[in-house]
Amino acid sequence: MPKDSGIGASSKRREDVRFLTGQGQYTDDINIHGQTYVHFVRSDVAHGKINSIDTSAAEAMPGVVRIFTGADFEGIGGLPCGWQVTDRHGEAMKEPAHPVLAQGKVRHVGDPIAAVIAESLEQARDAGEALNIDIEELPAVVDMKAALSEGSATVHDDLGDNLCYDWGFVEENKGAVDEAIKNAAHVTTLELVNNRLVANPMEPRVAVGDYNRANDESTLYTTSQNPHVIRLLMGAFVLGIPEHKLRVVAPDVGGGFGTKIFHYAEEAFCTFAARQINRPVKWTASRSEAFISDAHGRDHVTKIELALDADNNFTAVRTETLANMGAYLSTFAPSVPTWLHGTLMAGNYKTPLIYVNVKAVFTNTVPVDAYRGAGRPEATYQLERVIDKAARELGVDPIALRRQNFITEFPYATPVAVEYDTGNYVATMDKLEEIADISGFEARRKASEANGKLRGLGVNCYIEACGIAPSNLVGQLGARAGLYDAATVRVNATGSISVMVGAHSHGQGHETAFPQVVAEMLGIDESMIEIVHGDSSKIPFGMGTYGSRSIAVCGSAMVRATEKIINKAKKIASHLLEASEADIELKDGQFTVAGTDKSCAWGDVTLAAYVPHNYPLDNIEPGLEETAFYDPSNFTYPSGAYACEVEVDPDTGKVTVERFSAADDFGNIINPMIVTGQVHGGLAQGIGQALMENCAYDENGQLLSASYMDYAMPRASDVPFYAVDHSCQTPCTHNPLGVKGCGEAGAIGSPPSVVNAVVDALQSAGHNVTHIDMPVSPSRVWAAMNS
Amino acid sequence: MANITMTVNGKSVSGEVEGRTLLVDFLRTDLRLTGTHVGCDTSQCGACTVHVDGIAVKSCTMLAAEADGADVSTIEGQANADGSLSAIQAAFQEHHGLQCGFCTPGMVMAAADLLKKNAKPTEAEVRHHLEGNICRCTGYHNIVKAIMAASGQDVSQLAAE
Ligand code: FES
Ligand code: FES
Repeated sequence: MPKDSGIGASSKRREDVRFLTGQGQYTDDINIHGQTYVHFVRSDVAHGKINSIDTSAAEAMPGVVRIFTGADFEGIGGLPCGWQVTDRHGEAMKEPAHPVLAQGKVRHVGDPIAAVIAESLEQARDAGEALNIDIEELPAVVDMKAALSEGSATVHDDLGDNLCYDWGFVEENKGAVDEAIKNAAHVTTLELVNNRLVANPMEPRVAVGDYNRANDESTLYTTSQNPHVIRLLMGAFVLGIPEHKLRVVAPDVGGGFGTKIFHYAEEAFCTFAARQINRPVKWTASRSEAFISDAHGRDHVTKIELALDADNNFTAVRTETLANMGAYLSTFAPSVPTWLHGTLMAGNYKTPLIYVNVKAVFTNTVPVDAYRGAGRPEATYQLERVIDKAARELGVDPIALRRQNFITEFPYATPVAVEYDTGNYVATMDKLEEIADISGFEARRKASEANGKLRGLGVNCYIEACGIAPSNLVGQLGARAGLYDAATVRVNATGSISVMVGAHSHGQGHETAFPQVVAEMLGIDESMIEIVHGDSSKIPFGMGTYGSRSIAVCGSAMVRATEKIINKAKKIASHLLEASEADIELKDGQFTVAGTDKSCAWGDVTLAAYVPHNYPLDNIEPGLEETAFYDPSNFTYPSGAYACEVEVDPDTGKVTVERFSAADDFGNIINPMIVTGQVHGGLAQGIGQALMENCAYDENGQLLSASYMDYAMPRASDVPFYAVDHSCQTPCTHNPLGVKGCGEAGAIGSPPSVVNAVVDALQSAGHNVTHIDMPVSPSRVWAAMNS
Repeated sequence: MANITMTVNGKSVSGEVEGRTLLVDFLRTDLRLTGTHVGCDTSQCGACTVHVDGIAVKSCTMLAAEADGADVSTIEGQANADGSLSAIQAAFQEHHGLQCGFCTPGMVMAAADLLKKNAKPTEAEVRHHLEGNICRCTGYHNIVKAIMAASGQDVSQLAAE
């Protein structure tokens, strides 16, 4: 029987009512008395030298309050990068300055040059048109290979060239890997592109800066996944505002997918300018502006080699990747192609030798950073594509080849420095074969053929590292922050509870799922518990939501804080019941003395804590409120197996996804309904990447896909109903809930099976096609079939 | 500037707008009905969908002045008179048809438009009708399911979960 409350119940989401009735409070819904509007004037060339900016005509325009340029930010910090990668030779990565408004040069289309503040947005835009900006266009650096060639123009002249770092992992293994590949019975090689994407949460970014002169306090309302991270980065590194004078609020946020992790120039600008003009400053991105100012995702060009012995055992993997950083280093950009990518190259397989080389490259494009999955989709895609290609070259079944090489014993220490605590890859593959009805595929293929369509089946596995991360470990790897999280459980006098959490919910349903955990632990009703998140003045210092970490890290902190509550409540109960503390049991919201019928209710204890008349004040403080910080001891390792069936129209090359099945192992699950929804959303993004989405630049660095007219977002008719199963559960061994995280799996696990399916469809029809780069658009498929 | 008067969610409202003011800005800024959202600037995403004289309209694509004299309904007017969720709203909650909630008002308004015209739409008809509404969170599965459920169809067998 499914449970109807607590851990494992599909409790309906309490946040839905406000969203369904138009009562959500998103950042753009916030309007502060006396607020002004800022319009950013952005570069329309990819690379150029700013000769002069004449603001005089614009300043005389109606409604203009003040105009800022890069000169106003001299002596003020630039946007910091939160992760320093050390290269193969022990050198620190190159780290360019990133001013809030461009100084001297513009480096990508969209780079902000000036900011016009006016009484209305229309007036700010009108005045922006009247700015006189003289820019001398310079040759643009767009293609990564060209960027690294001798004599290329440089994005940052002071850095000498466009190479950010040349990273090797594990460098000591390089010789052994080269040797194994040389001696292999078979080597499969694949060159591929992991296409550049734009995260596109449906709510564009917004920032509202406010300043209170009376107490010298700044407040920033912003569309962020992690208000405390923004407060730390902006306060300490950009504007020099101490934490107690800076409040960051991320209210309802309309989706993040990674791109709302980072600290952006517009946030710092609105906070800074509000102080300067002593009025609130509001910025709302248009969608077009989002395309040229939100950090992009992916954009790797990779060559991967898989070596096998004569029995088809994997013996080595070697990869070479060029990773686009864009024009500046966004907050976590350097970590994505390195530690979030190289460490996953073992996948689900016991390959003994692995070497990953990544060259990160500066180009005159929008900065690239984490997007749903961040490094792990890139690792999964290349590995699962090359395995499929190897199976076809060797004439073996792709599922059998995977099964033969599965890791089957846990814990398992990979050759790429991580230790998988648990997993059962055989079980998820078994489950996949069942829900995808793999054995029925040939009949469906015949039916498609009878309709003039080519049908293909693609399968892949995935592994991810979630719940980022042990702070001491990531510190050694270059992170400039700790990655614990925090929760405060405040029990009120009448027994209701507010839980203040560092995680942020922007679609994940924390307001519903987190209370399920506390309710289960205390045996009280979920409705007595509310979650407070998103306001740095109300919540403890937590690191926010990304990397599928909320329940694994912040949820663990919440469990620890609740355990402290239980301990103290039992002490109070033992006093009220005149029994020894060791004999007190808490069940269904009742404290009982073991072996007796003496009991008191949850509410009796909470009331006693706040009205301590009959209370052991000598031994225990009044009140019932506890905080815990939780720093994980390892990553978590969700895994799974996915299958995609496509139909290809041989006349047009159009691919349609007919069936998609996902068998995941997320460990224990708090709310299955929410988990299933997370997988659905990830699948649509992965199918979008595989078939439709592409962020394209021309050779001059102009963004060609800068609106929804050109960037193909998946729509309802582009995707099928999905079959999703998460009944295979190997609980995480190192966090108190045994949870692994589920937010990114769908996006990580789906692109390879889509492309594998298209290749299968084409090969089954006799086309000698071994690879098509994403997005597998009709024109690419048609060209491959007719080449 | 022009003076305009219209009925919004059953109440008569008036205001003074510039000729270039969009209906969505009039609703959001002048009337503070912030349930109607703006997700794009090319009339693609449908987050701004409202009904004007009973027809679903992208309010980012219509001038406020064009709605002078019209009968407009928005997400704020969709709940039942007693404040309980409408059948469509309730189905979205029941079937988890929303995550971040940003596309949701537009989805609910689009769904209401569909069910008025087609009382029992098929899966393909629902998907086709949502062509102008983008959701980045849900992968559409539960939105389609919720709309079919709201039309009274049994959705329990629609897809293996
Ligand atoms: S805001 Fe109207 S369609 Fe996107
Ligand atoms: S629920 Fe977030 S965009 Fe649809």
